[in-house]
Amino acid sequence: MTLVYIILILMLGGLISWIIAGKNSLLAKGIALLAVLADLVIIIGFWISVYDKFDLGSQQWLIDYRVEWMPQLGISFHLAMDGLSLLMTALALFLGAVSLIVSWNEIGKNLGFYLFNVLWLIAGIIGVFLSLDLILFYFFWEVMLVPMYFILAIWGHENRRYAGMKFFLFTQLSGLLMLIAIIALYFIHGKNSSQYTFDYFALIGTSLSAKTGLWLMCGFMIAFLVKLGIVPFHSWLPDAYTQSPTGGSILLAALMSKTAAYGMLRFVVPLFPEASKTFAPVVITLGIVSILYGAKLAYAQTDLKRMIAFSSMSHMGFIMVGIFSFQALSYQGTIIEMIAHGISITALFTVAGVIHARIQTRDMDQMGRFWEQVPKMGAITMIFVLATLGLPGLGNFIAEFLILTGAFKSNVTLTVLAALGLIASMIYALVILQKIFHGERRKEWKLTDLTPREVLAMGCLIVAIVWIGIYPQPVIKTAQPTVNSLEQNSNNTTFVNDTGPTNKTALKNGDENMTMARKTSTFFLSLNKKGGGK
Amino acid sequence: MISLAGLNLILPQLIIALAAVLVMLFIAVKRSHKFSFIFTLFAFAAAAISVLYIPRGSFGVSSLFVVDGFGKFFTVLIACAGFVITLMSYHYLNAREKRNEEYYILLLLSSLGALTMVISDHFVSFFLSLEVLSVSLYALIGYLKEEPAGIESGIKYLVLAAVSSSFLLFGISLIYMQTGHLDLSGIAAGLSPSGEFSGVFIAGLAMVIVGIGFKMALVPFHLWTPDIYAGASAPVSAFVATVSKGAVFAFLLRLFYSTGGLENKNVWTAFTIIAVASMLFGNWLALRQQNIKRLLAYSSIGHLGYLMVAFLAITDRGMQAATFYLVVYFIGMLAAFGTVIYMSNKKGEALYIDDYRGLFWKKPWLAAIFTTVMLSLAGIPLTAGFLGKLYLLTAGTEVGIWLLVIVLVVSSGIGLFYYLRVVAVMFAGKNENEASSEPVIGKIFPHGLVLTLLFLLLLWFGVYPSSLLEIIQQIASVIR
Repeated sequence: MTLVYIILILMLGGLISWIIAGKNSLLAKGIALLAVLADLVIIIGFWISVYDKFDLGSQQWLIDYRVEWMPQLGISFHLAMDGLSLLMTALALFLGAVSLIVSWNEIGKNLGFYLFNVLWLIAGIIGVFLSLDLILFYFFWEVMLVPMYFILAIWGHENRRYAGMKFFLFTQLSGLLMLIAIIALYFIHGKNSSQYTFDYFALIGTSLSAKTGLWLMCGFMIAFLVKLGIVPFHSWLPDAYTQSPTGGSILLAALMSKTAAYGMLRFVVPLFPEASKTFAPVVITLGIVSILYGAKLAYAQTDLKRMIAFSSMSHMGFIMVGIFSFQALSYQGTIIEMIAHGISITALFTVAGVIHARIQTRDMDQMGRFWEQVPKMGAITMIFVLATLGLPGLGNFIAEFLILTGAFKSNVTLTVLAALGLIASMIYALVILQKIFHGERRKEWKLTDLTPREVLAMGCLIVAIVWIGIYPQPVIKTAQPTVNSLEQNSNNTTFVNDTGPTNKTALKNGDENMTMARKTSTFFLSLNKKGGGK
Repeated sequence: MISLAGLNLILPQLIIALAAVLVMLFIAVKRSHKFSFIFTLFAFAAAAISVLYIPRGSFGVSSLFVVDGFGKFFTVLIACAGFVITLMSYHYLNAREKRNEEYYILLLLSSLGALTMVISDHFVSFFLSLEVLSVSLYALIGYLKEEPAGIESGIKYLVLAAVSSSFLLFGISLIYMQTGHLDLSGIAAGLSPSGEFSGVFIAGLAMVIVGIGFKMALVPFHLWTPDIYAGASAPVSAFVATVSKGAVFAFLLRLFYSTGGLENKNVWTAFTIIAVASMLFGNWLALRQQNIKRLLAYSSIGHLGYLMVAFLAITDRGMQAATFYLVVYFIGMLAAFGTVIYMSNKKGEALYIDDYRGLFWKKPWLAAIFTTVMLSLAGIPLTAGFLGKLYLLTAGTEVGIWLLVIVLVVSSGIGLFYYLRVVAVMFAGKNENEASSEPVIGKIFPHGLVLTLLFLLLLWFGVYPSSLLEIIQQIASVIR
């Protein structure tokens, strides 16, 4: 029931703050924030209480809640939580709270409806992270869409209607393709076992012919690739990210894109193990193209938010590489990347929002030498720019390092290409700092430095990114059971596919991977010790 | 022979028929709009409730009608739709027309046509019902005497419907010539089970399809729809969009499922082409409409095309999907036209999308309802429209009619454009030229209440449809 409460609190909080916002806007904001924080406390409390359970051989699922919903169609209301969804839920709530704080005074008109949309959006995102019935998953997947469309189309910047429409169409259409794949999977499973159900646990063992598997996986992948904004499905992304109000950009870039990455980890890889192996080179190539192309586009932008949007697209490429390398290390890296990128992109969009609120423009050609006037803002921006370019000691470094280390085992050439992205990201990230805070002063602006509220929000983000950069062990430990099962899953397929002598190698590989997983933890502990020693 | 004992089986139809006569008699004695209105309301309510007194099972009433779960379900659906349309008509008529009492006679009569059509088991009863429905619709469409557009569209409908009826009649006679039967079971028995039909029979079937396709406004028989929708008064448009189409669709299901007409490859292909064309053209043509009633007209063409996907699946699941979707479509269309009625004023209806500009800041509740309706028609989760579409997709996927499924997805993608456009306009900035200071027709009671109810139904069936699904599963297997 805890999981149901978490979603319900958000939905109710959204409704209440909509109702009372007309009378008392401060109270409405307070209630919205309180709802998110209350959920965050519940989740963190839960995390602490189960933290000892995350060992190598432990049970993957912590909570499993299932009631019949539409039994006639085999649809159930099935929520469950494992380490991965726990991390993602906590991230969603944390960044949701931050986005509320940073856009505290941004929304003038119709505050109530805005708060309602934000809270329902977060509820939808969390629903995606928790649902284990495929229709329920799709349900929440689409529930995210409508509030985001409203946030974008009502409170966005100058070109909001266009961006909103584009966003909605891309995600909805690709979602429908996923829906068809879900339904087809349902019937294939139903015909094999005469048990018609959309339940994840039942569907996970469905045996598919290679061709069908590939088609169905493509249905899922298109939805996820679009949401992740991977080339060539990215054209909605810069518009939507740029035109959103700050809070919306944060929710889009930091959380909604993660639902796609989560979907690949949770659904694509376990449901279609063979097909995803066949398809991996294509996906990794797309990922690498996104990394490099995104970086190039980011470098070419003058619009600050657009630049951040492309940088986000570039980082999403790493997630693709991480997932489709099928290595324990790269899975871990992917999960850390999801968290670290979420935090750093939130911070960057906040900076963009803060600057926009002060000078009403996002054009970097009109900025310059801000550091003298707003040193606090400059320093904080620097931290996150460094995080984005992958400086050791901050979260993104760990993530990208792990992804590349894992990927190296499966494909050297592609990994080398992906690693080039690190250099590219250094270039565009430093350009942000250079153009805005250094260089020559192009225009006289009256700037005020960060307010205590903004410092508080950014402070939380700094603590989080440094924590993950220096001591990622809690995250790694929490994600370990999920990563193990992903790992076993892909080994099992090799086992089924091959015959005779190769079996042994497969098993051996499996062992190796298991030990690799174990090594991950020890590796980081030793890394920390070294860091501490200095 | 019909015995007196069988009368309780057709109680709803009798109630409506009697009510039409009584309203007419009352008008002869004393004209009272309020009385006619209330009496009609009671008649529809009584018709819906009287279904409870019909015993379970499938009974033939003479050889013309068959009363089964399927027929009863549609009887209730049509009676409820009639009830809602009556409720929404009262203030509308008061504001726009002087002589209103006869409106209710026509409404009752056309509903009677629909009610008998859904239990028809015979081409004679089908044709009679169709004519009762159509003839009263001619008058209903042109009911507002001051509106040239209404009268024009009434005549247009008259001419076109008459042509389609003659096609239908010719088709029926060809089928009769081939099989020697007019009752559906007799026709089924006269056919070879393998689906090898003779040329004459196919020709007859094709003409019946033309007639039915016209009533359901499927492409390429759809040309009348936008004009009639735009020209008729909003309550009548709602009636045409829901009751009239729904009843014909119910008969279509009965006709082709009980005779096995779809077993024939050619017939199936013809329907596939019609379905694909309806989905694509309906949604495509709606894209550039500025007139909301025309937009809804094209959108309803698209929706009927979606329904055909379930129809073409020829399975129990397809049947259930079609029934469920039709219910959802009824609610959505009624609420959409209800909003148009609400926003209309004495001078005219709120026809243009721009009339709804900034509605969210003026009437947030109404805008929220209209938004939900649009999202439901577009098939977005949390609304019943999504589950309807999910059901349709399941039905299509089960039998692997991929072309239809893909077209359904693509055309609902196109559909998103114009539904969202309406939504976006409502959330856009306030209307600058607030020229029309006329008060709107809509009142909290009954319009606000009815719309809220329909809105809640959309959400209820969108989140927890089990109860409805259970009923539909019971009735939907009866027919085959």
